Amino acid sequence: MNEVSDYKKPAKPYYNLILHLHPRKVKLQTLRFTLTFGLGGMAALLVVIQVFTGLLLKFHYEPSPENAYDSILTIRDGLLFGKMVRNIHHWSAILLLWITFLHMLRVFFTGAYRKPRHATWIFGMVLLVLVVLSNFTGYLLPWDQLSYWAVTISTSLLEYIPLIGHGIKASLLGGQEVGSATLTNFFNLHTGIIPLSMIVLMGYHFWRIRKAGGVIVAEKDKESPLVDTQPHLVARELVVALVLLAVLLLTSSLFDAPLRERANPAYSPNPAKAPWYFMGLQELLIHFHPFFTVVVIPLAILLGGFWLPYIRLNDSNYGIWFLTGKGKKSALYSLVAALVATPVFILASEFLPDPEKLIPVIPSIITMGIIPFTLVAGSVYFFLKILHKKLTLNRSETIQSLLIVLVCSYVVLTLTGIFFRGEGMNLMWPWQI
Amino acid sequence: MKKTPPDINLNKKSERREFLKTAWKILGLVAATELVFLTFNLLRPGKDQKKSKTAANLKIIGNVEDFLPGSVTPDRVNKVYMVRQKDGGFLALSLICSHLGCSVLWNEEKKQFICPCHSSAFDRLGNVINSPAPRALDYYPVTIEGGKVKIDTGQKIKRKKFDKNQVTYAI
Repeated sequence: MNEVSDYKKPAKPYYNLILHLHPRKVKLQTLRFTLTFGLGGMAALLVVIQVFTGLLLKFHYEPSPENAYDSILTIRDGLLFGKMVRNIHHWSAILLLWITFLHMLRVFFTGAYRKPRHATWIFGMVLLVLVVLSNFTGYLLPWDQLSYWAVTISTSLLEYIPLIGHGIKASLLGGQEVGSATLTNFFNLHTGIIPLSMIVLMGYHFWRIRKAGGVIVAEKDKESPLVDTQPHLVARELVVALVLLAVLLLTSSLFDAPLRERANPAYSPNPAKAPWYFMGLQELLIHFHPFFTVVVIPLAILLGGFWLPYIRLNDSNYGIWFLTGKGKKSALYSLVAALVATPVFILASEFLPDPEKLIPVIPSIITMGIIPFTLVAGSVYFFLKILHKKLTLNRSETIQSLLIVLVCSYVVLTLTGIFFRGEGMNLMWPWQI
Repeated sequence: MKKTPPDINLNKKSERREFLKTAWKILGLVAATELVFLTFNLLRPGKDQKKSKTAANLKIIGNVEDFLPGSVTPDRVNKVYMVRQKDGGFLALSLICSHLGCSVLWNEEKKQFICPCHSSAFDRLGNVINSPAPRALDYYPVTIEGGKVKIDTGQKIKRKKFDKNQVTYAI
C-alpha cells in the first residue's frame, strides 16, 4: 500500500465530507465492480438528480386541472433548457426504478439480505415501494390523457380490496373521481411527503450497511486486505457517476418525455393502459379475479419479502452471485421454465373457453380466482419440489429459484401488457398496435 | 434499617424496566396508528363551505322529445348515457365502467356499451354481457318536470343488474 501514502491528500472540507459518508478504509474485495455493479450508488445519485431537477420544475408547474397542462407546455416550449430539465427528470425517474429493482436483485442473488443485514433489506424494500409511489404520483402531474387514465385505472384497482379499499381510494383521490383534489394530493405527496421519507430512510439504509461492515463479501474473502477509501473507492464511484450522468444526458437530449393531448375525463383512449411498471398487474387482471390480482398476490409477495431475512438458513454461501454452482444451475432452469410457462399460461387463458361463461352458476371468485390461482401456485410448487429433489438444493437455493420464477413471470406479463395488447386490450403483435 | 438482598432488588428493577419498555412500544404503536388515521383523513375532501349541502345536484339533460324511443344519447359533460326505452321510459346510465373507471362507448351496430380498457361489454340496460366488469353500469335516478329530463348527479347508484323500477316514465 505504498502508493497510498504517496498520494497527496485532498482539501480538508472535501476529505471530511467523503469520510462522513464512507469509512476510512474498505475491504479490497468489495471494490470488485462485478460484485455490486455500483447499483446502490447509482440509485443514490439518481435521487439527488431527481431532487434538483424537481425543485427547478416546481418554479413553473401549477398543480390545478386548469393550469397544469399549460404549465408543462410552458416548461417544454417557453423556457431555456426547460425541456431538457423535464427530460432529465422523466428519464432519471424511470432509470431510478430500474436501478433500484436491479439493486434489489443484486442484494438478493448475493445473499446479502441475511442477518445482520436484515434491516438494510427491509428498509430497502420500503424504499423500493416509495420509488414506485414517487413515480406513480409524478405520472399524474402533466394532466394529459396518458396520466389521467393511467391514474384512473390504477386507483380503481384499490376498490377491490375488501372493507378498506373504498376508504383508501377516497383518501388518495380526495373524492370519488380523479379531479382537482387528486392533483393537489398527488402533488404534495410527490414533492413533499415521499421525497422527505426517502431521504430519512436512505440515511438509515446507509448507516445499517456501515454497521454491518460494508458491502457483503464471500466467506473465503473475510480476511480481505483493507485499502484506503480515498482514492480507491472514491475514484471508482466517480467513474460510475460520470458514466451514469453521460448516459442520462445523452438519453435526455435524444428522446423527449411523452406528453399527449390535454386530459379529457369523458373519453378514455383505446387502449387505456396503466403506467408501464403496473402493466404486469393490469395483465394479471385479465386472467385472474381482481381480489387475487390486487390483494392476494401483491400481499403475499410483499409479506414474503419482509419475512425473507428471518427465514432460518443453514449455509454460508453468500457474497457470491447465485450462491453456488448448483444455485446457478437451478437459477437457469427456473429462468427457462418461467419464460416458457408464462406465455403458455397467457395464451391458454386467452384462447381456452372462459370458465366463467361455461359454468355461470359458480361465482367468479371460484372460477376466475381460486381455481386458476391454485393451478398456478400448485405448478410452481411442484416445479420447485422436483428441482429441489433432482439437484438436492438447500433452502436458500430453493428460495432463489422461487424468486426467479416470480420475477421472470412478472417481467413477461409486463412485456405482454406493454407490447402485445392493442385496442380493447386484445392480444396482437407489436406492429399491429 | 434492614438491608435488602441485592439480587431481589436487581430482579425488581429489571422487571420494572421491561414493563416500561413494553409500555413505550405500545404507546409508540398507538401514536403511529393515530398518525396514519389522521393523514388519511386529511387527504379526504373537506366539507365545502361555499355550497349548501341540502340542495340536490339536479342537472337538465334535455327535453323529453329530444330522446327518441330506443335511442342512446351521451352527455359527456355530466358523464351519463340517456337510454330511452322502446316504451318511452328513461334510464340514465353512468358512462364510467364498473371495472376500472374508464369511460364506455356506445356501439350502435352491436347495440352494446364497450369499455376500451379491458373490453367489458354491457347491453343497453347496462347489464354485463362480457366480463371482467363485476356488475352492471351505475345509474342515476331520473326526474321529469315540465318536459325536461333531469338527473341527480349527486346520486350515483350501484346495482348488480337492471331492474324495472330504475326506469322513469314521462306522465
